[in-house]
Amino acid sequence: MPQKKSINTRNVYIVDGSRTAFLKAKNTPGPFHAADLAVNAGRALLARHTFHPSELDEVILGCVMPGPDEANIARVVALRLGCEKHVPAWTVQRNCASGMQALDCAANNIASGRSDLVLAGGVEAMSHAPVLYNEAMVIWLGGLFAARSIGAKINAFSKLRPKHLKPVIGLIRGLTDPVVGLSMGQTAENLAYRFNITREEMDQFAMQSHHRLSAAHNNGLMNEIEVIYDHKGNYFDHDDGVRHDSDMTGLAKLKPVFDKPFGNVTAGNSAQITDGAACLILASEKAVEKHNLPVMGRIVDTEWAGLDPSQMGLGPAHAMAPILKRQKFSPDDIDYWEINEAFAAQVLACLAAWKDSKYCREELKTRSAIGEIDTSHLNVDGGGISLGHPVGASGARIVLHLLKVLERNNATRGMASLCIGGGQGGAMLVEREAT
Amino acid sequence: MTHTQTSDHWRMERDNDDIAWLYFSRKDSSVNTLSTEALTELDDLLTDLAKNKPKGLIILSAKESGFIAGADVKEISSKKTIEDAAEFIRLGQAVFDRLENIDCPTVALISGFCLGGGLELALACRYRIAEDDPKTKLGLPEVKLGIHPAFGGTVRLPPLIGAPAAMDLMLSGRAISARAAQKTGLVDYAVPKRHLLEAARRTILKPPAPHKPKRWQAMTNHRLVRPWLAKVFRKKVAAKAPEKHYPAPYAIIDLWQKYADTPGRMLREERASEAQLVTDETAQNLIRLFFLQERMKSLGNKDLIDPKHIHVIGGGVMGGDIAVWCALCGFTVTLQDHKHETIANVMQRAHKLFKKKLKLPRLITAATDRLIPDITGSIGLSQADVIIEAIFEDINAKHALFKEIESKIKPDALLATNTSSIPIEDLAKVLSKPERLVGLHFFNPVALMQLVEIVCGTDTDQAVIDKASAFARHIDRLPVPVKSTPGFLVNRILMPYLIEAVVLESEGVPASVIDKAALDYGMPMGPIELADTVGLDICLHVAENLSQAYHVDIPERLKNLVKAGNLGKKTGNGFYHYNKKKGGKKQQKKSGDSNMTNDEICDRMIMKMLNESIACLREQVVEDADLLDAGIVYGTGFAPFRGGPMNYIEKEKKAELKDKLSKLTEKYGDRFTPDAGWSN
Repeated sequence: MPQKKSINTRNVYIVDGSRTAFLKAKNTPGPFHAADLAVNAGRALLARHTFHPSELDEVILGCVMPGPDEANIARVVALRLGCEKHVPAWTVQRNCASGMQALDCAANNIASGRSDLVLAGGVEAMSHAPVLYNEAMVIWLGGLFAARSIGAKINAFSKLRPKHLKPVIGLIRGLTDPVVGLSMGQTAENLAYRFNITREEMDQFAMQSHHRLSAAHNNGLMNEIEVIYDHKGNYFDHDDGVRHDSDMTGLAKLKPVFDKPFGNVTAGNSAQITDGAACLILASEKAVEKHNLPVMGRIVDTEWAGLDPSQMGLGPAHAMAPILKRQKFSPDDIDYWEINEAFAAQVLACLAAWKDSKYCREELKTRSAIGEIDTSHLNVDGGGISLGHPVGASGARIVLHLLKVLERNNATRGMASLCIGGGQGGAMLVEREAT
Repeated sequence: MTHTQTSDHWRMERDNDDIAWLYFSRKDSSVNTLSTEALTELDDLLTDLAKNKPKGLIILSAKESGFIAGADVKEISSKKTIEDAAEFIRLGQAVFDRLENIDCPTVALISGFCLGGGLELALACRYRIAEDDPKTKLGLPEVKLGIHPAFGGTVRLPPLIGAPAAMDLMLSGRAISARAAQKTGLVDYAVPKRHLLEAARRTILKPPAPHKPKRWQAMTNHRLVRPWLAKVFRKKVAAKAPEKHYPAPYAIIDLWQKYADTPGRMLREERASEAQLVTDETAQNLIRLFFLQERMKSLGNKDLIDPKHIHVIGGGVMGGDIAVWCALCGFTVTLQDHKHETIANVMQRAHKLFKKKLKLPRLITAATDRLIPDITGSIGLSQADVIIEAIFEDINAKHALFKEIESKIKPDALLATNTSSIPIEDLAKVLSKPERLVGLHFFNPVALMQLVEIVCGTDTDQAVIDKASAFARHIDRLPVPVKSTPGFLVNRILMPYLIEAVVLESEGVPASVIDKAALDYGMPMGPIELADTVGLDICLHVAENLSQAYHVDIPERLKNLVKAGNLGKKTGNGFYHYNKKKGGKKQQKKSGDSNMTNDEICDRMIMKMLNESIACLREQVVEDADLLDAGIVYGTGFAPFRGGPMNYIEKEKKAELKDKLSKLTEKYGDRFTPDAGWSN
């Protein structure tokens, strides 16, 4: 594989970050729109530093499905954060890795010298995903609007049929690959089949995710959460999808949702549909000195990989491998890992793939198996299964939380990675200085 | 080629299309108001114009501040006789008649405020075009001064937009936006600035049919409908302003009901009615208050401080509402309170107020974004330009807080406390710079009560006091500097009145009888209901605080209610019972009659208030009698038509009132002993 690392770059520092609590969708639109979430993640973050928001060079946000009033949501958020008119803002979309894409874009601009201080992150309000009219309905409406005379109007109106009223659920369509015709859950079933991952292993992983998040909440380890208040007198200070009492019996009772009735991927061992936002401040060395900013860590390397869309869950295996190769690291050189939990089967498949010498040789072009990831250092505080996966936000969240984990353990090196619907993977290597 | 003609207050330009553009710019004033001089000049200009008829006439303002703010209130208030007043009104009516009858299209081109006589001028034009901008406000606020429109406004408005909309504007005195005005038909077009001049020009060059009310709107003026509607209007007004205290709105309804079919006659009756009202005491008192309000506004020089960020500590009723109000006024606000529940509650209240005041979702969002929860104060303390402490009333807690924050805040930040009872100098003791602390005492509910007491401790620096007054103006409140004596000004005068009401109640006078006596006097709310609304615990706290400094006997009844946990509206039980099922409607607990007359009940309460007012003046708690009146009216709602306690004393004759007090002392004891200040 060719070396892709960019040349003559400047260091990219992560200064600080915040996120909202991740709020599980409850069948109706949640209390916050996407822009509200991002503003709440970014506002206190910006306020606690010495520079004014208008001193940012740009704002970049990842978001897959902004609301109808949120075209270029990054700009909406930047203005609401008081960044003033002259600070440009743009929105990026790489499905499940949109938040990480935003960080990468920010890092690139800082590395190349185009920017010094950037607010980057991701946001998704999945509970607000649009429900659309189907095409037949749109054609019927068009006919109705075009009709001029009363007679024509009655005629046009009379063409309404029950089939017109069947809505298009945007969220379901968004989570279905249009090229291979599989839902994301079905691609996870593919991986379980390929790597012989059992239902029990998946449920075990899911349960551990909940227990880890539960412990993290109880021990106050989720301190990157910014409390968010709605206008009905409620406040949200923790990820509310967590099940403190998750157990194998309960998980075993759940029916498969994607491959009925024989599949193994259930709502219990998949990521939750969730609303949330995460924002980070990225800075060049110059900006760090100028504004006297703290440093959480440094973005060392990033990789984007493509693979078969029907195996999209293996994306992390494909994206992380080249970074290790470039940096001449083995898995043991990485202190902590965050691999986004889209599906338990998918994370387990990534681990299996790296241990499978045939897969590594044929698909990842390495000489032998890459090796084992120590699961006690992987997603130590839970992941998408327990706290949810607001698709645009997760990429930013895992990088932020990885740095928090490194700091807590006074460790130096961490890897964050996600699988991406459509058959891609993204990975980011960060480092901090041990004290 | 243009031809220009100027006079002291007006400038006329004829453009190439032979359109006359008539600019109003009142000499020696930043605001356009209609005086005898300005009206006479306009009359001359219109007479000239009739001889040399243009294609059309466009009237607009040459001032940044707005179109026309109304008739000159100073001149109106100087008319002491009915004849003088009628003379001034006749002039206005005649000029506007001339304007209405000029034989060419006329347009009033409105930007900024267009109020009272200004709107009446616009109504005499054939067309009205207003700039679609938040600063544009149209209204007929005369009733707020105890008078009514009299330059033909009551005559012209109902036929133009129908009685319901017309009466709403005239009876409430509220101002509406350009867009709302377009919707009701008050203006023909609400257009953005970019089209304003062109809209006027094209309207003249191609005049459309003048606005006509919808058929149902026109029907509301029919002589068979009027008596019924008049009843409805009277009932609506009566709910807010009784006729014996506020005659003006009733006069408007009468004029319309009796004379709407005969405009000529109606104009004469309008003049007669107005001339009478202007010279009456109610209008004189309300106009005086209007000028006092202007005086309070001038006490705060906005240039002294340029606040961008306000930090409020304590999210209780007062702190929370102060924070919300500041955010509504456009400032970045951080709210420090260690409890998420408290902040969540404030955010809920904020949403309610923003929704009511701002209406548009994007404005509500922006205001919400400006209100930033700050649990530890880590965001706001170091950045804020103004810091307002509003935690619970405990001197030790406040001392601890001030000690902690003094080193964190900006050295030039304004440091204020919303304490209602603790002397500022006592609080400031712990500061290394005690001269920087000032009291900003708000009243509940903050969004309604315009007054803010600027409480000056013995050490407080004059520059800090001036800055605090300036800040009050930035958030559209009225500052009154007061001395830091117990109770300051408003609570000190209000409390004896409330306590006397409680004494009456414990003597067996039913609460509703007491409240009614106060309402009849002109108070906005009865004292017993007020105590329940404020919270009996808070009343008791204030009373106890005052009792340490002054001779105040706290009624056992109040102590017992608080002890039993009956704190008023908030607990559902106080002097009244509040039925939650009936939407919190109050119910009398015990009924019965009292052998005391309404007047006696009223005297006992009001006289205590007057006595305390005299004491405050003697002790110079506030600069003068005028500011005392303003403070009490805007801080407690004291019967505005009476013009405040000192004005009332002046009008009722001091000696007689002092006599009354002596008699009450004989009958009820020491607490009515006339203050030494009565002899001054």
